Amino acid sequence: MKIIDISLRTLTQMGIVVTLLTGAGAAVAEETIKVGVLHSLSGTMAISETTLKDTMLMLIDEQNKKGGLLGKKLEPVVVDPASNWPLFAEKARELLTKDKVAAIFGCWTSVSRKSVLPVIEELNGVLFYPVQYEGEESSKNVFYTGAAPNQQAIPAVDYLMNDLKAERWVLAGTDYVYPRTTNKILEAYLKAKGVDEKDIMINYTPFGHSDWQSIVADIKKFGSAGKKTAVVSTINGDANIPFYKELGNQGISAEDIPVVAFSVGEEELSGIDTKPLVGHLAAWNYFMSVDTTKNAAFIQQWKDYIKNPKRVTNDPMEAHYIGFNMWVKAVEKAGTTDPEAVQKAIIGIEYPNLTGGMSKMLPNHHISKPVLIGEIQEDGQFLTVWQTNKLVDGDAWSDFLPESKPIIADWTAPISCGNFNTETKKCSGQNY
Amino acid sequence: MKANSLKRFNRCFAVALLVWLWAGQAYSQEMNPQVTLLDSLNRLKQGAMPDREQALEQLGEVNHPRTLTVLQALLNGKLYQVASNEQLVIAAENSEGYQLIDAITGEDLGNKPRSDVNKINLTNTIRVKLRKLIGQLELKSEDATVRLAAVNGLIKATDDNTLALLRQLETTERDEAVLEAMQMIFALKDLKSEDKAIRLTALVTLKDFNNQEVVNRLNVLMEKDSAGQYLETDADVRKQAKLILSEINARIQFYSILETLFFGLSLGAVLVLAAIGLAITFGVMGVINMAHGELMMLGAYTTYVIQQMMPDHLGLSIVMAIPAAFLISGLVGIAIERGIIRFLYGRPLETLLATFGVSLFLQQTVRSIFSPLNRSVTTPEWMSGSLQINDFLSLTWNRFYILVFCLMVFVLLLQILKRTRLGLEVRAVAQNRGMAKVMGIPTDKVDAMTFGLGSGIAGVAGVALSQITNVGPNLGQAYIVDSFMVVVFGGVGNLWGTLVAGFSLGIANKILEPYAGAVLAKILVLVFIILFIQKRPSGLFPQKGRAVEAK
Repeated sequence: MKIIDISLRTLTQMGIVVTLLTGAGAAVAEETIKVGVLHSLSGTMAISETTLKDTMLMLIDEQNKKGGLLGKKLEPVVVDPASNWPLFAEKARELLTKDKVAAIFGCWTSVSRKSVLPVIEELNGVLFYPVQYEGEESSKNVFYTGAAPNQQAIPAVDYLMNDLKAERWVLAGTDYVYPRTTNKILEAYLKAKGVDEKDIMINYTPFGHSDWQSIVADIKKFGSAGKKTAVVSTINGDANIPFYKELGNQGISAEDIPVVAFSVGEEELSGIDTKPLVGHLAAWNYFMSVDTTKNAAFIQQWKDYIKNPKRVTNDPMEAHYIGFNMWVKAVEKAGTTDPEAVQKAIIGIEYPNLTGGMSKMLPNHHISKPVLIGEIQEDGQFLTVWQTNKLVDGDAWSDFLPESKPIIADWTAPISCGNFNTETKKCSGQNY
Repeated sequence: MKANSLKRFNRCFAVALLVWLWAGQAYSQEMNPQVTLLDSLNRLKQGAMPDREQALEQLGEVNHPRTLTVLQALLNGKLYQVASNEQLVIAAENSEGYQLIDAITGEDLGNKPRSDVNKINLTNTIRVKLRKLIGQLELKSEDATVRLAAVNGLIKATDDNTLALLRQLETTERDEAVLEAMQMIFALKDLKSEDKAIRLTALVTLKDFNNQEVVNRLNVLMEKDSAGQYLETDADVRKQAKLILSEINARIQFYSILETLFFGLSLGAVLVLAAIGLAITFGVMGVINMAHGELMMLGAYTTYVIQQMMPDHLGLSIVMAIPAAFLISGLVGIAIERGIIRFLYGRPLETLLATFGVSLFLQQTVRSIFSPLNRSVTTPEWMSGSLQINDFLSLTWNRFYILVFCLMVFVLLLQILKRTRLGLEVRAVAQNRGMAKVMGIPTDKVDAMTFGLGSGIAGVAGVALSQITNVGPNLGQAYIVDSFMVVVFGGVGNLWGTLVAGFSLGIANKILEPYAGAVLAKILVLVFIILFIQKRPSGLFPQKGRAVEAK
């Protein structure tokens, strides 16, 4: 009995010590600024999103080495929404209410962003979204550092039309919101450019589609009608590999029918057999192969941080790099991490991107970026064959869709609206 | 704009150069070909695009015995330069790095590690020019098939110079096929002739060609210009062209039916391969094995591992992978049966849940060992590309081999069940377990062997799948539903049913796909099966006799 007695007392003592320790811990924690990282670390999207989590940790680490922010250290809070869209909303709520993070960097697919939107708006948080997307959105609380359609899809089509003289178009995509909206915009754009209805072929396939025989045969037939044909691919994920393989097997080379992809980057190409892809195109705002001192330093930093000289960098990583640094500058400018103040301060902030330009946060919460088109090389890198001579401003609402043509987003006074109709002069609020 | 006009100038310049090249071969012989070859290659490998394109034109002029070899190496991405001294080399990959050959002299330079050489990059613009240049050089090749390919390559891009060259070569050409291809090019050219009689003869010549370009050019004859006038002014020629076009279109129709059939069969072959192992475990034994897809995945990963072990023999590694995958998946299958399923016989719901757990376990194991990223299994040379029957019909080799492979596996399995002792015992246990036991058949052992056989076949299917889809932890999930669908549709416990079901579902899918799209086609097939099962619950070929009542 006595033994138990002693141990009970010890336990109580220990409890007190622990309480003191955690109390002290809490006191220390108050000195830091918390940054939420909301990327899937498991499930289907883990392949792409884990890299972005590591990128964020690297950027935060580097900022801390520079002395932190506003005299405080930055503290990353990493959560795993597990490629589960509703879980994204839950985890975002947890980050904002429980961890009280100053900003969230996260999401990949459009559906995960749409799921987080109501939460982040309700709790007035700040989200930096680093992936190219379909546009038609501008939230007060979200900063879109990836490409809007006019920063990726439209220039790519222009390149195919003007430089490769494409006259017939295949719009092939995976069956979900991003490809469908993008193709709607592209179809309207092509028609505006005088392309005939019968010269456009649109095709959707499920996620992970692997039997491409008939679709590729259709593309081949469509492309053999004597006019130069190009494929604009919004095919997402690993369905790309059997698609390109089938193209190669059916004897369609990049010279005959070039495929320009919007979702195939260095990360997706690393470690796969690139032979059937060589010569096909991709449009991004950044390529690892871009030869600037800033980029070289970034790549080196990444390889050192991840301790693997074979790892590659890609476009969404650059988007996080720009977004994070813009946020840092905005916080410094505002002198606080208060979301309201940061949202005001960040508009107009400029930060050099890795391809040698100066990106700027625009009033519509998108940023200005260069557009690059590259040909896939056998080593999984891109050779830039075309690029815009100046930065392109991201346009939230496409000018090529009749319903979104009169709509603009401008989060500065007097408009202060993400969905403002210039004809009726009305703000329709949000539309998630 | 400036760059554009420069490009245009270069293009004009290039054409001028070509004319000059064919006109005066003698000139290039005066220069030192070795120096010119080296010089133009050096200009080609770096610098601005217009400069590189110009260098390419210069390359065409060089009368050097190795020009063609170097150009082909360049096009195939085998031309490298040594980092230290910028020497141009042709490299062949091997296990130690690269086996290098001096591009100009052909001298063997031995092995070098990968980091010592840099590849010469190409863009599509250069590739197109390169292909044309090689085509022109290959017109003079010794090999008739090479000449034929070269002539065919020129169909779309015939200018007066190439025509002159072809006419000149025609006089010395002996090979029938090459001559025929040349005739087609001349006839296509004659369609633009001023003389109506020549146009009509050209049409007659073109009648028998199965070539897309012919169709396109005939279609052009039917078109009207902006003023509403026919591009082809003569009504007789139009009439003739229309007649020929409808003839060719009928042939196209025929070939496209054949193509759909082939696509359907090849999709069916994949379905049959995926389902046939299940037909044994589910059909014959009655075990609902949700881990069947993962056994296929193991087979695919086995292929990957074997390929990693013997990177120099891609083709052989695929062949080797077949028995290896059979063994590995078979052993894992036996382990699952002995470890879990045998305790759950007669309790289908629990078997389903347990094997589902096994499938998650196997997925996670693979994820931990090989990472969640997809692994790439390289397709050997003889399985890539297609068998070009004519311009309207080509069969891809990988699908063709899988179709053949599927039939082989099916026949083999059928023979095992029919002719071997194991087959006899399997059938006996399936029909009446109690009676088989009484007759002295070790039913436990037979159960394990049967399950191993079915699992092994799944592994073999995985080898085939590794050639057409991504090898990743989720590979199995994509096929498990399809496999069950095929087995249920075909009739549980009937191998022939599985075969017929797989092929008919594949063909149905491919017939629907062009009209309904890939997503809807799949849904329609699924709806059809649900309705079918309502009408005939035991599938296409139901089991008959006492065995059914016993169950």
